[in-house]
Amino acid sequence: MENQLLAIALAPLFGAIVAGLFGRQIGRAGAHWITILAVAVSTVLSLDVLRRFLFEDMEPFNQNVYTWLESGGISFSIGFLVDKLTAVMMSVVTFVSLMVHIYTIGYMKDDPGYQRFFAYISLFTFSMLMLVMANNFLQLFFGWEAVGLVSYLLIGFWYKKPTAIFANLKAFLVNRVGDFGFLLGIAAVLLYFGTLDYQQVFDTAPGLSGATIEIFEGKPWNLMTVVCILLFIGAMGKSAQAPLHVWLPDSMEGPTPISALIHAATMVTAGIFMVARMSPLFELTETALSFVLVIGAITAFFMGLIGIVQNDIKRVVAYSTLSQLGYMTAALGASAYSAAVFHLMTHAFFKALLFLGAGSVIIALHHQQDMRNMGGLRKYMPITWITGIIGTLALIGFPGFSGFYSKDAIISAVSTIDRAGAGFAQWMLVAGVFVTALYSFRLLYLTFHGETRMDEETRSHAHESPWVVTVPLVLLAIPSVGISWWAAEPMLFGDFWGQAIVMEHDSLAHLREIWTGPLGFALHGFVTLPVWLALAGAGLATYIYLFNPGIADRIQGALKPLHTLLDRKYWFDEIYQALFAGGSRLLGKGLWKGGDEALIDGLVVNGSARTVGWLSGVVRWLQTGRLYTYAFAMIIGLIAMLGAFVLWAR
Amino acid sequence: MSDWPLLSLIVWLPIAGGAAVLLAGERRANLARWIGLLTALVTFVLSLPLYQLFDRETAQMQFEELSPWVATFNLNYHLGIDGISLPLILLTTFISVLVVLGAWGPIKQKVAQYVAAFLILEGLMVGVFCALDAFLFYVFFEAMLIPMFLIIGVWGGPNRVYATIKFFLYTFLGSVFMLVALVYLYLKADSAAILTLHDVSLSLTEQVWIFLAFLLAFAVKIPMFPVHTWLPDAHVEAPTGGSVILAAIMLKIGGYGFLRFSLPITPDASSTLDWLLITLSLIAVVYIGFVALVQQDMKKLIAYSSISHMGFVTLGLFIAFAIFARAEANAGAAMGFEGAVVQMVSHGFISAALFFCVGVMYDRIHSRQIADYGGVVNTMPWFATFMVLFAMANSGLPGTSGFVGEFMVILASFQANFWFAFLAGMTLILGAAYSLWLVKRVIFGDVGNEKVAGLSDINAREAITLGALAVAVLGVGIWPDPLVDIMHASVENLLTHIAQPKI
Repeated sequence: MENQLLAIALAPLFGAIVAGLFGRQIGRAGAHWITILAVAVSTVLSLDVLRRFLFEDMEPFNQNVYTWLESGGISFSIGFLVDKLTAVMMSVVTFVSLMVHIYTIGYMKDDPGYQRFFAYISLFTFSMLMLVMANNFLQLFFGWEAVGLVSYLLIGFWYKKPTAIFANLKAFLVNRVGDFGFLLGIAAVLLYFGTLDYQQVFDTAPGLSGATIEIFEGKPWNLMTVVCILLFIGAMGKSAQAPLHVWLPDSMEGPTPISALIHAATMVTAGIFMVARMSPLFELTETALSFVLVIGAITAFFMGLIGIVQNDIKRVVAYSTLSQLGYMTAALGASAYSAAVFHLMTHAFFKALLFLGAGSVIIALHHQQDMRNMGGLRKYMPITWITGIIGTLALIGFPGFSGFYSKDAIISAVSTIDRAGAGFAQWMLVAGVFVTALYSFRLLYLTFHGETRMDEETRSHAHESPWVVTVPLVLLAIPSVGISWWAAEPMLFGDFWGQAIVMEHDSLAHLREIWTGPLGFALHGFVTLPVWLALAGAGLATYIYLFNPGIADRIQGALKPLHTLLDRKYWFDEIYQALFAGGSRLLGKGLWKGGDEALIDGLVVNGSARTVGWLSGVVRWLQTGRLYTYAFAMIIGLIAMLGAFVLWAR
Repeated sequence: MSDWPLLSLIVWLPIAGGAAVLLAGERRANLARWIGLLTALVTFVLSLPLYQLFDRETAQMQFEELSPWVATFNLNYHLGIDGISLPLILLTTFISVLVVLGAWGPIKQKVAQYVAAFLILEGLMVGVFCALDAFLFYVFFEAMLIPMFLIIGVWGGPNRVYATIKFFLYTFLGSVFMLVALVYLYLKADSAAILTLHDVSLSLTEQVWIFLAFLLAFAVKIPMFPVHTWLPDAHVEAPTGGSVILAAIMLKIGGYGFLRFSLPITPDASSTLDWLLITLSLIAVVYIGFVALVQQDMKKLIAYSSISHMGFVTLGLFIAFAIFARAEANAGAAMGFEGAVVQMVSHGFISAALFFCVGVMYDRIHSRQIADYGGVVNTMPWFATFMVLFAMANSGLPGTSGFVGEFMVILASFQANFWFAFLAGMTLILGAAYSLWLVKRVIFGDVGNEKVAGLSDINAREAITLGALAVAVLGVGIWPDPLVDIMHASVENLLTHIAQPKI
């Protein structure tokens, strides 16, 4: 088993090294063959692991591979914990990665950095696998930062674009803010648990549920709350939750395949995965869960709103991703970890599908991303169009499609749970369903329907993408429709997860009561509010964008302030730019010029040099070399000393 | 091989090699280079058995050599190493090879003297790390200044005179006080053996004065805020090799001094004044991090980044007392100490690599200003790969050596106090900000100007240098245990020693 797991993780690393270092020697075809083969090996072996869990009742695997470091009696290891949660993640990651690898052959075919791109995405696959397979916090942090590194390299892949290299720096730094909290959380775990090994930490956790920590003198706080919130700050960075969400929309500067792989399907869900993995800790603290719930709900609704006014096709999908990540986070906050991971999985399929579909449109139009210059593409690219519809229906949660089951489970869990913030969260999430349908169908109509708005030159070249692009679309469309028919019941209600996920609060109880199988549940959906809101959103989009194309501008004019608010994305970027980027530079300049140069060097260092110079000047002036001056000085000194002696002696 | 006087060989071989190079003379520059490289390589190879033969189980000094030096005053030529000095010696011999290799680069005049200066410096630095007699240590410590002074003064930049004088006065001022302290200790203990000084009993007042005297010497060396301002000037003016040695090794002597002198000789004063050292360390991490952010000169930026990173060394050492005081803290003190040493070694690799990188660019364009670059990746892709790797290591990316020390010190400082870890953790953001902003402006983007357009990628010599450092950075990052393993016994011993009050 250990060899199989090592092969799963290391095969993509091997592919990355070969394609990265010997790209020139093996050529373009060599680079894509080696990396695709390596990831295919990982995929097959990962699915085999999942199969063994499903059909052979395999026990979880938990073993260290090597000791990274031992210090102060504490051992830090690299090792694997593979249970059903891990197996699901591994399968999703490798499968989507494989699809993206194949797709890349078509998408990047004219790019001079072809080999480098394959090296990066394979390296990403390795890092992500190390993250999900970790059996301890150290390796989790390793993978956590490594996927951040590859994300940085890939957002800035087109390094000549000023916007791209701005976006990648921003992404890395915002993530580092999250990692800062994450690392403090890990340090707290080490201090209070004495180990970083998951299993030992989880075993000790219940005994520490009453422990406190004094961050401010005399104010004891619940230890679990502090630890979980610190860890969650890391998740907020990686999974782009408000207010650390600002990097994700800008990450769209990277090539589209990585937007699908990293910034939709896998890396950004690392935070969700991490919290689910830590469910034994989070279940011990109501406060932290409420915090998670509210953050998720805010992100789900308000980021979705922004999606309505975006014109860049990739940005719409990016804001949709933010919103969906909000749903997952809210599910975590409602103790419905299984629903969160289930939505993570269905979202990975349909969002990767939507991104790759958007990419297919973008290459057909020669890197045109503005939806105002699209329209009517369904005639030219039927496969992209149909798979796009499938992805959209899955995203808005149309009954029967995969997203319906996962999203409905989340909303049901949030309305069932009795927890501070749950009422607010429920309203946000339900309203978010309407918003999701509105922006999704707007995208669909502006891109594929209506009149063609691109110029004649582009239109005459528009055609369906090659098979390397469309085959991944079709292969992703299949689970986007059907995965829930097979997986919803065991993943949501069964004891599928075993010990991998701990759920002290059974927030899915209500759902279990009304569950009558996938078909029955889909039919039941038609009598629930969320589905009608989704249909209303879709209907509104149809009315505006399909039948009355002029009306959108009139609405925009009527709701000018609201539109500006959304168009400027609540001014987060501007505020952060001024406050943090500008403020830091100002502070740095002040400390440098004021502290180092003026105070230390100017006053003390060069100041003492000047003082020495001045003193020696005085001494030089005194040492005239004339005897009578010295004689006078001696006499005056003698008199002064005598006088002092007389004065004191009295 | 175990009965060879290995330490003496490693100290004196480079010095002898330096003399030989001087004899070879200026006219045969290539001969000087080859003798120099050979000497440095042999020295490095000779230092490897130290690791191989080192006994990890004991905290005793190993490879000891003892013979009378100034018999009248009972001063001895006494060498020996433990698990703390061993990594630093290996670092010194490793980096020295790369620096001497650099003599094939832009140095065109006085090549023999250049090579000789570095070889002699190497011997003296190794001497500092293995001297067990306080005055022998002092002699090495001071003698080291001379070649460095010459390196900056002769092969340095336009403002080198100001920089050398500042450098010399700063360090000399510090070490004079150390000499006074050493003389006092010598009279008190009637011995100059450092290990004997560890056990000499001192009142708290005595300890505080001695501690402050040592502090001046080592704080300047390492350097700590607010006595750090010589470093940016010295780096900016120094030639590439000078900067590399200065950052990679000479700064470590400050950290080593704390470990060898301050902490064991004056444990109670260290404990009483730990708040001062912790405060200054945290200021170094945060304050200097902000200052580094706004530098326009690449070398200054890396110099400030060095100060910030060395803050982790002093932080890791002086949180020990706060950890002793907390019952729930588990073995964080050892982690802090070992983290500090790992940080020293790692910073040796990374700062050396970054200064070499700046050197590579400076040799081609003759500018250190960030604004004169942009889009270097377009013309130097391999160089860009290395530069990004080292910048990532500088910002503490896991998998590189830069992560290990910071990680250990942050974990340990959390055991002392949440806020120590909070402020130290700021480096995660600040370090990434200044390192990657530098990369963004220098490496990425479209070709910035005609000079950048005309750049040629690294040659074989540069590739070997940067490649060797990359292997070291990644090796320690992926598997630091072999490095940390050799320290355990010595660190445990030292911790037990400083936990016992002397008064």
